[in-house]
Amino acid sequence: MVELARKHPLSARRLPASPVLLLLVAACIFLTVGSLRSTIFAQLTVAGVATGVVFGSLALALVLIYRATEVINFAQGEMAMAMVYVAYQLMLWGLTYWEAFFLTLAIAFVFGVVTQQIFIRPVQGRSVIAVVIVTVGLFILIDGLVEWKWSANQRFMQAPFGNKIYHLGSVPIARQDLGTIVITLVSVLALWAFFRFTKLGLGMRAGALRPAAARLVGVRTNALLAVGWGLAAVLGAVAGLMTEPAEYVLQPTLMQPVLLYAFAAAVLGGLESPGGALVGGIALGIFLNLIGQYVHFVGSVLQLPVAFAALLLVLLVKPTGLFGHRTVRKV
Amino acid sequence: MRRSAPALVAVAIAALFFALLPFGLSDYHRGLAASVAVYLIAILGLNVLTGYTGQISIGHSAFMAIGGYTTAIMSHYHNTNLILTLPLAFAITFGCGVLVGLPALRLSGVYLALATFALAVSIPQLPLKFSTFTGGSAGISASKSVSNTWLYGVSWSTAAIAFLFTWLVLRGRTGRAFRAIRDSEIAATSSGVTLAIYKTLAFGVSAALAGVAGSLFVLVTNGFAQPNEFSVTLSLKILVGAAVAGLGSLWGILFGAAFIALLPTLSASAPLIGSAHGQDVVFGLFVIVVMILLPTGVAGLVPRLRRIRVKA
Repeated sequence: MVELARKHPLSARRLPASPVLLLLVAACIFLTVGSLRSTIFAQLTVAGVATGVVFGSLALALVLIYRATEVINFAQGEMAMAMVYVAYQLMLWGLTYWEAFFLTLAIAFVFGVVTQQIFIRPVQGRSVIAVVIVTVGLFILIDGLVEWKWSANQRFMQAPFGNKIYHLGSVPIARQDLGTIVITLVSVLALWAFFRFTKLGLGMRAGALRPAAARLVGVRTNALLAVGWGLAAVLGAVAGLMTEPAEYVLQPTLMQPVLLYAFAAAVLGGLESPGGALVGGIALGIFLNLIGQYVHFVGSVLQLPVAFAALLLVLLVKPTGLFGHRTVRKV
Repeated sequence: MRRSAPALVAVAIAALFFALLPFGLSDYHRGLAASVAVYLIAILGLNVLTGYTGQISIGHSAFMAIGGYTTAIMSHYHNTNLILTLPLAFAITFGCGVLVGLPALRLSGVYLALATFALAVSIPQLPLKFSTFTGGSAGISASKSVSNTWLYGVSWSTAAIAFLFTWLVLRGRTGRAFRAIRDSEIAATSSGVTLAIYKTLAFGVSAALAGVAGSLFVLVTNGFAQPNEFSVTLSLKILVGAAVAGLGSLWGILFGAAFIALLPTLSASAPLIGSAHGQDVVFGLFVIVVMILLPTGVAGLVPRLRRIRVKA
């Protein structure tokens, strides 16, 4: 029997392998130099960061669940989409944008917890494929429910940031991009602080790393799994609410392309690594923006294949993503 | 040999049933039944890879797209006989499968799943880019249309051949090597199974079956090959079918295929739900409930029942 031996104990915090670090530094230098020399380049880079953090936060939601459950949640994007519709409905009922925003995050948490308890818990601990299929089922189910309630027609939602444009030197930066970056990073930081500084967060990290051992010392791993799903749903909701103003319209397919890129971002960073997911998301966002503009053959149609081809290349060199660990197998 | 006698009888009964079935069906239902056969072949293909060799793939819609476009393009530009395009699609997608299988050797588990997922989202974009040749988003049509009866006959005959082919591949040395890889790669290597050869072979066979399914899929959808017909949703559908059927077993496949081909249509006509959106709700719920109640699929039901009977 092959058993997965996790070789990184809780305390060992390791720096990513140095070639990866060098690569990132090189990329940063390239972007800075490019931005200083060309206004358009700088503009594209900032916009790329804004799309990238959204990919990153949904990717982080995926990583959160992957670390706790070793399963990719295919319904993550649709859960986020449903939450955007909830916010839309709340605003129809007369709430302001930010009231609706925070209320939606609370609802998202409950939604995540309930989803885990009802649908995932019965198959938890069975084969990975069973859980994956259940999340696929959730994908279809949520899609159907949203279309049933709100129809597939395009809806228009109040924009949170308006159309204001700031100027940094000669570089125009949209307030919306800036707002997206700030909101997303704040929520990611809050999550990090939760995991780092609270007892609940510590329990969740323990439960994810060594479920059996954690249970023995009194961590209620099952309840914490549900909390993990709740937090992932909240992050997803933030990603969804930040995607909507960039897309201008609200429709049930809102999060499907975002989910694709979030997958790519999570894999790029290494599925085990939250920081990697965020870095992967931002890298992907910038890469897509720049390549769409400067490589004409790619244009808008080939963005997706090119992004995934790049991802495949990375995986071939580093099969567990940029920041992933190699698991040592014991026979 | 004696052990397989009940199985042979079952196969004979099934063959007879499907040979006689079209006489009892309306034209519309014959088309629907043909689509069951198409999904059956695709699930068969996925099962070889995921169920028997343990390599998860969400990229089978890409192989189906390649097969489907092979049929449509050959028929459109060269007026090739439609049946002749099936072996051609088989050969081409076998090659593609081997090509994908080679880099996949380095990946495993979720990373492999996501790499194949990348394939599934990338391939449908290619016809959009080279639209003068492939018809872009409008798609490309085969040069002649076929009747539902023709479709029924061809797709079920192909399904029977594909089933036999898979059974032959899986029963001997190759199948044993596949299962050994699934159960433990290290143990398989130590027993002399060359991972590289058998994994790429599994990818090739699996993709080839998906390719043939793709060809027939195009014929079932009015002879039109369209990029958005081959979206990643199709892959997920096949994965659901395979899970419902039961991975690593051939007997449940018919149920898996019927599940994904018929349930959406059936639930649309159910009272209370009616609308097209309700159909998704029912389908999604069914997928979840089936996975909760039958984690090993329909195929896992037989040994379970047997165990209950032995106890009683």
